[in-house]
Amino acid sequence: MSDTIHPTPGGSTHGAPTPADRGLPTVDISGWTCPAPLRDQPRVVMGHGGGGALSAELVQQIFAPAFGGEILAQLGDSAAVSLGGVRLAFSTDSYVVRPLFFPGGCIGDLAVNGTVNDLAMSGARAAYLSCGFILEEGVEMPVVAGVADAMGAAARAAGVEVATGDTKVVEAGHGDGVYLNTAGIGLIPAGVDLRPQRVVPGDVVIVSGDIGLHGVAIMSVREGLEFGVEIESDCAALGGLVDAMLAVSPDLHVLRDPTRGGLAAALCEIATASCTGIVIQERAIPVPPAVANACAILGLDPMYVANEGKLVAFVPREHADAVLDAMRAHPLGAGAAIIGEAVATHPGMVVAATPLGGTRVVDLPLGEQLPRIC
Amino acid sequence: MKYLDEFQNPELAGRLLDEIRSTVTRPWALMEVCGGQTHTIIRHGIDQLLPDEVELIHGPGCPVCVTPLEVIDKALEIAARPDVIFCSFGDMLRVPGSDRDLFQVRSRGGDVRVVYSPLDALKIAQQNPHREVVFFGIGFETTAPPNAMTVHQARKLGIPNFSMLVSHVRVPPAIEAIMTAPDCRVQAFLAAGHVCSVMGMGEYPELADRFRVPIVVTGFEPLDILEGIRRTVRQLERGEHTVDNAYPRAVRSEGNPAAQAMLADVFEVTDRAWRGIGTIPASGWRLSERYRELDAEYRFSVDGITTKEPAACRSGEVLQGFIKPHECEAFGTLCTPRTPLGATMVSSEGACAAYYLYRRLGTTPTPQEASPVV
Repeated sequence: MSDTIHPTPGGSTHGAPTPADRGLPTVDISGWTCPAPLRDQPRVVMGHGGGGALSAELVQQIFAPAFGGEILAQLGDSAAVSLGGVRLAFSTDSYVVRPLFFPGGCIGDLAVNGTVNDLAMSGARAAYLSCGFILEEGVEMPVVAGVADAMGAAARAAGVEVATGDTKVVEAGHGDGVYLNTAGIGLIPAGVDLRPQRVVPGDVVIVSGDIGLHGVAIMSVREGLEFGVEIESDCAALGGLVDAMLAVSPDLHVLRDPTRGGLAAALCEIATASCTGIVIQERAIPVPPAVANACAILGLDPMYVANEGKLVAFVPREHADAVLDAMRAHPLGAGAAIIGEAVATHPGMVVAATPLGGTRVVDLPLGEQLPRIC
Repeated sequence: MKYLDEFQNPELAGRLLDEIRSTVTRPWALMEVCGGQTHTIIRHGIDQLLPDEVELIHGPGCPVCVTPLEVIDKALEIAARPDVIFCSFGDMLRVPGSDRDLFQVRSRGGDVRVVYSPLDALKIAQQNPHREVVFFGIGFETTAPPNAMTVHQARKLGIPNFSMLVSHVRVPPAIEAIMTAPDCRVQAFLAAGHVCSVMGMGEYPELADRFRVPIVVTGFEPLDILEGIRRTVRQLERGEHTVDNAYPRAVRSEGNPAAQAMLADVFEVTDRAWRGIGTIPASGWRLSERYRELDAEYRFSVDGITTKEPAACRSGEVLQGFIKPHECEAFGTLCTPRTPLGATMVSSEGACAAYYLYRRLGTTPTPQEASPVV
């Protein structure tokens, strides 16, 4: 067993230079969570991008120490920063979805809505976006135009302006047609302070509607799976819904859009960051029948499937009814439901009460969910 | 989905539980054979709801868990070859071999692909005539027929670049091995419904008679499990030991003759090593001599592999029902889903994974503590 990424048995393939040969730093992974099979894994695996424990470890062990800074260390969907006395939310995200066009959207509106939503989770209404295109040599021009048109339309719908951008082209075979990066900034209204540390026992947990639609929609087209009915992505910009919620309760404690890793990952992150326990009622979680069916077929848990137009909110108990009413009055929150509460017991842990009356732990996913054998 | 919901109905579950409670008069130890059943039991907290007298012992029926380390290492060696596209169901990718897993092979440039059907692998072979395409054919009687059909199709279509690495296992010899083990505590079996839907129930009466154990064919939804337990306990209390079908919506006593004919055409019975347990006579299938050229072990000459199983791993005892996962000293410390010592911790059907995901003993609240709030 090796404690360092360099040099490891088999760490260099085909006689390629090791990281040290290339002047790269050695990485001591002995303090990371794991000493076993990934212990001497010197390379990135897909799970590092899955939004689960591996992603978090990559950020906490490599990126955060490398960059330093208190703002990044908060690890929110967007950073709350002050500039010239103004509180801004600032966020960036990259999009590598395949296929580029899927039921309910495409990579273009996903890239706009994703960053708009990251800002919205700080309570900010997005104002300006940047847009970086990484195009693969050979991609058809109408595809690029279709993506750009979708971005424009999504930006107009969200009330945000794409103010700057960049284009790069990589050689054929080095990309999936189009990769996108968007960054955005928006103003955080006075009195709004959304962060997990504000969660207290007694807070009510509300989800804005049906979960799992985006992940299952992508899976259905990517893998050519048919589930009997077409499932569309829920891709949408949530700024308006957040405005409606803040209008009735400026004292919301935390918002999170449960994208990669799904509702489970969002709840686990909040439990860990807030040091409170969370109890959810499994029966109360809105799961559309088509998503439940698809997940049953594939052996997946809908709670871990990605969403792109949903949020989960922790609301002071006394404001819960008003917030729920406001959400249900908004088209993107019509299916909102209370699914649980924050509790003082089992801090840092999410527990589901099962429909039959038992309990189970809901854990942060490791990487991506894997469809099971039978 | 309405159909599935009916098999998770809390009121009906309550009635079954009441009946089990009123029937049981002394302690009984039942083994659910299938890992899918184990996950339903733990995920829904069924074991917490049963009377103390009814103990569920988790059986060896996780195809990923019992695939021998030697076969995993062969898969890893074949998958690492530059001329190979290696296709597998998703949950095999994270299973540790002696020194790596398929994800790690992929991160080093191996072309490892997740497929949802063996026929997808055959399609990939047709689309890539200049590459060798290998499908990892593992599992119980449930997955064996489609794999057999795929081999049959490859021969029929004359696809020269397709082969299969086969490590199928059969349930009845495993039941026999469990019952003849000196420390065996199992008094009855919940048989795996999916296996019986293929093979029928013809192999079970002899086992029930010889070992004087009730065998109840059981499905996978919560109410299926409870009904299987109810019927098993009733037999035990009455001193009976018959084969009973509690899953008639999927299982006919003769099974699926067409699938059985396909198995007989393509496979032949062989002794098979079970990971953590050892070799069980006549407990597996391999490709028959007539299909030898489609056998990846033959085509790639991967003999002479030396395996290295972690000494601390007690998954074999878990698979045979001698210990519960949390009774292993490495559980949750040395061995976690991200640091699995054995396949039982990483497979989606593994008993150790189920306990880790859903039941951190000592920290998971009881149903009373996790009181409903909505």
